Formats: sequence, C-alpha cells, structure tokens
Amino acid sequence: MHDRHHATPDAPHIGVSNIRRRPRQWHWLAISAAMVVASCQPEGVLDPKGPVSSAERLLLLNATAIMLVVVVPVILATLAFAWWYRASNPRATRDEDRSYEGRLEFVVWSIPALVVILLGGVIWIGSHQLDPQAPLANAKPLRVEVVALDWKWLFIYPDQGIAAVNQLVVPVATPVDFRLTSATVMNSFFVPQLGSQIYTMGGMTTHLNLMAQQPGEFPGFSANFSGDGFARMRFVVKAVPAGDFAGWVATTRAAGAVLDSAGYAALAKPSEAVPPATYRAVAPNLFERIVEQTAAGPEKTGVGTAWCPPARQVGG
Amino acid sequence: MLGRLTWSAIPFGEPIALYTGVVVIVVILAVLGLITVKGWWPYLWREWITSVDHKRIGVMYFVLGLIMLLRGFADAIMMRSQQAIAVGNAQGYLPPDHYDQIFSAHGTIMIFFVAMPFVIGLINFVMPLQLGVRDVAFPVLNSVSFWLTAAAVLLINVSLVVGNFGRIGWMGYPPLSELAYSPDVGPDYYLWSLQISGIGTLLTGVNFVTTILKLRAPGMLYFRMPVFCWTALAASMLIVAAFPILTATFVMLLLDRYLGMHFFTNDAGGNQMMYVNLFWAWGHPEVYILILPMFGVFSEVIATFSGKALFSYRSMVLATLAICVLSFMVWLHHFFTMGAGADVNAFFGIMSAIIAVPTGVKVFNWLFTLFRGRVVYRMPVIWAIGFMVTFVIGGMTGVLLAVPPNDFILHNSTFLVAHFHNVIIGGVVFGAMAAYNYWFPKAFGFTLDERWGKVSFFCWLIGFYLAFVPLYVLGLMGMTRRLQHIPDPSWQPLLLVAEAGAIIILGGILAQVVQLYVSIRTREQRRDLTGDPWNGRTLEWATSSPPPAYNFAVLPRVETIDAFWEMKRKGLPHNQSPGAEPAYEPIELPRNSAIGFIIAFFAVIAGFAAIWHIWWLVLSGLLAIAVTILVFGWSENREREIPAAELARMERLSLGRSR
Repeated sequence: MHDRHHATPDAPHIGVSNIRRRPRQWHWLAISAAMVVASCQPEGVLDPKGPVSSAERLLLLNATAIMLVVVVPVILATLAFAWWYRASNPRATRDEDRSYEGRLEFVVWSIPALVVILLGGVIWIGSHQLDPQAPLANAKPLRVEVVALDWKWLFIYPDQGIAAVNQLVVPVATPVDFRLTSATVMNSFFVPQLGSQIYTMGGMTTHLNLMAQQPGEFPGFSANFSGDGFARMRFVVKAVPAGDFAGWVATTRAAGAVLDSAGYAALAKPSEAVPPATYRAVAPNLFERIVEQTAAGPEKTGVGTAWCPPARQVGG
Repeated sequence: MLGRLTWSAIPFGEPIALYTGVVVIVVILAVLGLITVKGWWPYLWREWITSVDHKRIGVMYFVLGLIMLLRGFADAIMMRSQQAIAVGNAQGYLPPDHYDQIFSAHGTIMIFFVAMPFVIGLINFVMPLQLGVRDVAFPVLNSVSFWLTAAAVLLINVSLVVGNFGRIGWMGYPPLSELAYSPDVGPDYYLWSLQISGIGTLLTGVNFVTTILKLRAPGMLYFRMPVFCWTALAASMLIVAAFPILTATFVMLLLDRYLGMHFFTNDAGGNQMMYVNLFWAWGHPEVYILILPMFGVFSEVIATFSGKALFSYRSMVLATLAICVLSFMVWLHHFFTMGAGADVNAFFGIMSAIIAVPTGVKVFNWLFTLFRGRVVYRMPVIWAIGFMVTFVIGGMTGVLLAVPPNDFILHNSTFLVAHFHNVIIGGVVFGAMAAYNYWFPKAFGFTLDERWGKVSFFCWLIGFYLAFVPLYVLGLMGMTRRLQHIPDPSWQPLLLVAEAGAIIILGGILAQVVQLYVSIRTREQRRDLTGDPWNGRTLEWATSSPPPAYNFAVLPRVETIDAFWEMKRKGLPHNQSPGAEPAYEPIELPRNSAIGFIIAFFAVIAGFAAIWHIWWLVLSGLLAIAVTILVFGWSENREREIPAAELARMERLSLGRSR
C-alpha cells in the first residue's frame, strides 16, 4: 500500500556512493545462497533407503499436496483481499453492512471439512499400513534387541548370540524386527533413512519393523533428549549384502569380549561418544533382565516387586 | 539450618552463568535504586502494587511478559549461536550442562512466563471493559493471581544465580527429571515455580469464568458478547479444566523426588508414560488457552479496521467452543512414537486433523470480513494480516504432523520445533503485538508510533521466516532438536541463516522498545481524547482513554452485538456523548489490597526453601501465608464508595477534556 516507496529493491544498507563495493557484496550473497542451496540436497527423511521410509516420504508429500490445495489459495486471497479492499482504493466495491451470507457460510465449513475427511482416510489407512509393529514381509526377519544406555546404543542379536555397541549391521532386503527398551531415561531410536522412530522406555518394550533396501551406511541417533551426552548418542547402520552379513557374524563370534553381567554393568555406566564395538557372546536373556531392571548389579531386594507388574508391553 | 544450600550453589566456576547473574542483579539494583532516588515507591505501591483494578493488573501482566520475553529471547539467541558454531570438531561456547539448562529455561519461560502473562493480561484489561462492567468478579483474588505469577517468575530466575535450572526440557519428562537422573535442584526450580504460577493461573481462570458468566452489562446476552469475550471464556474454562491436571502431575513428580515414591520411575512399578499422558492432557488444552484469546484479538482487529462486522459471528463462536472441546481429545499426538497400536494412533490423528476444521472456518471468516470492507492500514491490522499468512503455514505443518506416519519421521525434529514456533510466534506473539498496538491508547491515552511499529513488524516477520524455514528443512534432513553439538557439517549454512533470522527478530524487539520510547516522547501529539481512536465497535471504546477506575460512570445498555457501533450509528447517548447528564448513582469499588503482594512474598520464600530442603523456612512461609489470608478474611471496610456528586464532577472533567 503506502509503503511501496519505502520498500525499493535497492539494498538499503549499501550507500549509493559506494557502488564499487556492490559486486563484492553480491558475490558474498551469491556464495552464501549457493551454500544454503547446496546444503539442501536430499538427505534424512527425504532420501529413503527402505520400504518404510519410502512409503512415509510419499505419505508426507501427498499430505502436503492435499494441504497446499487449500493453503496456497487462502494465503493469496488474504493478500489479495487486504490489498484490494484497502481504504484508499476507489475502485473497490464495498459492502460494509454484510456480515452473513448463507452460501459463503456453507463454503466456509465445507472446504476444511472435505479436506479433513480426505485426510482422515489418509490417516486411518496410513496408520495401519505403516504401523511400526506390523511385520514387513513374509520373509523371516532378523531379530535385533535394542537397549538405550547413557549415552550409547546396545544392539543384541539374540539368534546369533552376539552384540554390538553404536553399530548396527543388517543384511539388505531382509526385514529387521526390533524389540526396544531403555536401561536409563527415555530415548527415541531413529534412523531417518530407514523410517519410523520409536521410543525406548525403561521397564517397557516397544516393537519396530524396518528394512534397508540398498547397501550403505545410514546415521542413527536418539531423537529424545536424554541428558548431557545426548548430542553424541549416535550410531551407524551398515546395510550389507546377506553374504557379508553372515561373514560379519562369523568374525564377530570369533573374537572380542563377552557381554555377561559384569560386562553389562561396566557398559551401562554413563559414557559419551563411545566408538563402535562388538561382543562375541551375550548372557542369556540379557534383554529381558534389562526390561525387568534386574540386569545390572545385585537384585533389588524385593521392594515393591511382590505387587508390581514386572514389565509391561506397550501396545501388545 | 540452610538445608542443602551451600556456597557451592553459586556458579563461581562458570563464567557465563556468573556474569549473567551479576549483570541481572546489577540491573535490578539499578532499577530499584532509581525508583528510590526518584521517590516513586509511594506511587508504585498505591497505584500499581496494591491495585486491584483489572486494568492495572492487566498492564502489569503484560509488562511482566515483555520483560520475560527478553530473558527467553536471550536464551534463544544463545542456543542459535551454539548450534551455528558447534559443528564437526568445534564444540561451541556452551558445554552440554549449560546448553541443556538454556533450552529447558527457554521453553518454560516462553510458555509460562511470556505467552501466559500476555494472554491473561489482555483478558484482564479488555474483557471487563468489553462486557461493560466495572471489574472482574473477584478483584482482590485477581491481584493475588498476578503476584503469584510474579513470584514464580522471580523464583525461576533465582536459578540463574543460586544453584541451576533443570536440564530436563520444558516438559520435564521423567525419569530424566527423577532424583535418579537429576539429583540437583534444577527440576525443583522448575516444579516449584510452575506450581506457584499454576495456582495463580487457576485462580485467574475461576475469576474470569465467573466474571463472564455472572457479570455482564444489562442486555449483554451471551450472543451479544464480543468474540474476544467468547474466546476469553473458552480459554478460562480450559484453564479451570486443565491446570489442575498439571498441578496434580507435578505433585506426583515432587513426591517421587522428595519422598522417594515411584509414580514415574523406571523401577518399582513406576510408569513414565503416565506423566507424559497427563502432561499433555494439560499441554494440548494449554496450546488453545494461548491461541484462542489471540483468535479473539484478530477477530476484533480485523472487524474494526475493515469497518465491517465480523463475518458470521455465530460460526465464529461455534468454532471457538468446538476447539475448546476438541482440544481435550488430541493429547496423544504429542507422542505417537510411544508405540501405541494403529487404531489408537489413527483415532488421535483424525481428532487432531478435525481441529483444523473450526480453525479453518475462523481463517475463512476473517477472510470474508476483509472482503468488501474498507481496510485501514494501522499497526494492529498489519500484524493481523501477517498472522493470517504465517499461521496457515503453521497450521498446515501441524496437520502434517497429525498424520501418525509423518510424525514417526518428524517427531522431535527441528521440523516440529519450526511448527510450534510458527503457530506460537505467528499466532500468539503476533496476536499479542496486534493487541498491544490496538489497546495501548485505551490503556494510556495515546497511540503508538506507526513508523517504528512497521519496522518492528517487518523485522519480526522476516526474522521469523529466516529463523524457522531453515529449521523446517533441517528437520526433513534428519536434524533432531536440543542438540548441543551438530554432527553434520552440511547443516551449518542453514543454521547460520537461522541465526541471522534470530538477530533480525532481535531488531524487531529493539524497534518495539524504540517505538514505545518515541511514542512516550511524542505523546502530546498522539493523545486520544475521544476514547475511540480506531472507530471501534465494542464497549471498551465507549469510555474515556484511559478509563476511570470504575470504567463506566453509568453501565451501558446493550441491545445488539457490536454494541458501541450501534450506539454510534443510532446516535444513542453513551459515556462519551455530550448532552444531558445521566442520573449518576454512587459506585462501590474495592479498596487497594496488599494481600497479593504479601502472599507472593511468602510464596517465594516457601518455594525457595522447598527447593533447598530448608524445612523450617517452608513451614514459616506457609504459616505466614495462612495468617495473611486470615487477617484479610477478618478485615472490614474493604470497599470505598464514590458518591454521585463526585462522580458527576469527574465525568464533567473527563468530558470537558475530550472537547
């Protein structure tokens, strides 16, 4: 409106007499713009490497598209109405006494209602198709038990009898069936390029099914603040061909420490930025004992255990 | 004797914390010294500290919110700077211990001590005037509520200097906030501050609901109330229904921390998710406690500056009440990643999306209010249009997050951070700023400078987009929130853009300070002598600016919605109209009361003592509060009367001034 004259495109912080410096300024701007654009390459959830993350990206894009159908016209109409009906516009038609119009009222309620009905269907179907607990395929999954510790991740392979810290090796094109808990505060297990995250909670077990479709290394981390070492609580997912995975299991079994009660107690002590490590063997039922909060140290002497449920399953 | 309080509670070893504390103390002492030297104490005590006038209390709430905005913003810019530089091998200037306190304090302060005081202050100031009455239902209780909030603000800021704040996030999720993982006093500062302010907020809610239901000008039927009063009613009902949940939840966490109980612990049958459920059973209604009154502000502003009645008043009211009810049925969307089954997630996802319907209706109603109107561009409506554009984007990303599988990949990411800042800055802060520019002349009798107002607006708008669009993108790139260290160097350029955005917002805040300064300097030229600077529609504009203590010499008679507009249109007499004097009747007003200030004083002592386990002092503080209440309860002569003759004299004076 009246501000048009103030908002000339001339960069206001550059003096008019200082024209010679202008190219360098633009040069600097161009470089930073290029850096920003370059940093926006597909990454994270926009660069899926598995069926779950692919489906979730598609759902995100679809839902965004559905919303934009309404949002963009509303933004444009707001700006257009505000501009056209400005008091100083002699050409605008006014009707200041009109404060109700049945047909408009109908439109006002129907547009958001229709969008939400459509989205409601998307939500219902999406929630069921991408339920983290739902098995992915008929193929026999690799079972992995995940334990969040202060501040690192322990991965137990119960069928292979091995374990790893801050490194998760999985075969490609094989569903992975995760059971997760926390030996400490709440964390969230998240590998953006593989899809859904899920909370890990002390005394509880959650379930998650993911799959890597192609080989590669994908960053994973905790997505729920868990204390001072939180920012460094990262791990790597290595998706390798099935043959390589068998080889890795064999190598791991051949050497290294054993994760028994004493080893676990040492591991459970708070530590930060722990380098990846493996264990050639794991004490039986370690995961269950962690869920029951009895894995580390001496048994808690009966306080409350008689009447308290030992461990709960979330969502069955 | 002093419980756990020792000299080690003062952060001598942490230069940043120590200097901040020292600077804050010096500033406070300087302000107190200035007041003493200038001899302002009697004035402050008489006119503000002990005032039970809803207008004064409203202004004090707003000032409290503005001061805490500076504190919360200082936290914000420290976080942005840390994330912009602590990339790769660089560790930045804030160790995790300090950074974690800062983001926890930022969220807590911005929600409880910036946004809430803005909302409650606005309702306090505006609602009784719009209803055409002389005060809220319980004026003294109102003062108690305000001072309890101020007490909580003081207590939470003490943690800067004595001890430390929680490193638990603003939600204080256990078991991190339990004794086992946070044995320090940080969570106790969080819990006791919020308990004290929570009591104040609950009392305010009761006060507002009673006022709106029981005290309205003659003829002010429910469906003649201004939309702002409807939204105030909805928000107050939400306060009454939701805040007790928060208080009870915090009591349980306090029992865990102080008496070794096991409500939310990992072991002995505790269940942390119970806390999370309860917290959000309060937390989601809280979002609407903040935003609904701002929807009311925008409804008033857009109608006034379009010179039109609000489009479809009834559907606006219906939408407000629908949101009020629905807000209690969506809390689980804050933790879809808990691992609940698909049916549960789908239900809460759909409920969350349904809230978009009444919200969308509101946006369309504002749009059709602009349609064929006569839009006069003053600061309030500029903020309102900035809000409409910004808020629909925030609404869109909110609906995206309501789709459970989307939330599985975006939960706790900076996308989420960008979303809620988008709705809270774009909605609540923009609303508070629209309201500030709109009702400032009513409160102080002169308008605010438009030029600096525009500078402030554009800084806020551009700064907001620069600060938060990068966070949307970073969230998609897999950046989670609350990172003290950035692992991926490719995120740095966007974080630098976000830092630049935060600095531009700082420019907006400074421009607001300048705007206030310039406006006060030039107030003689910008006096509002009519009481109606914007050609308003509702009753607050029917009285003088600033209104007298009794608001209306004669209570207005209301016959329609937009009562003042109709009075002006039909040429009916109102408080500001010249002509024959009405028959004045004596007015009874509550006397000033120091009870709020005294209770708050002892509440700070009791809260501080509880944090440091100084039990004799806790008991003394509580006892002093009980005695104060009893003494007040037995006191008489709590009202003063303005005789009719005096009233007539004051009104003649006020009318003479306006001509």
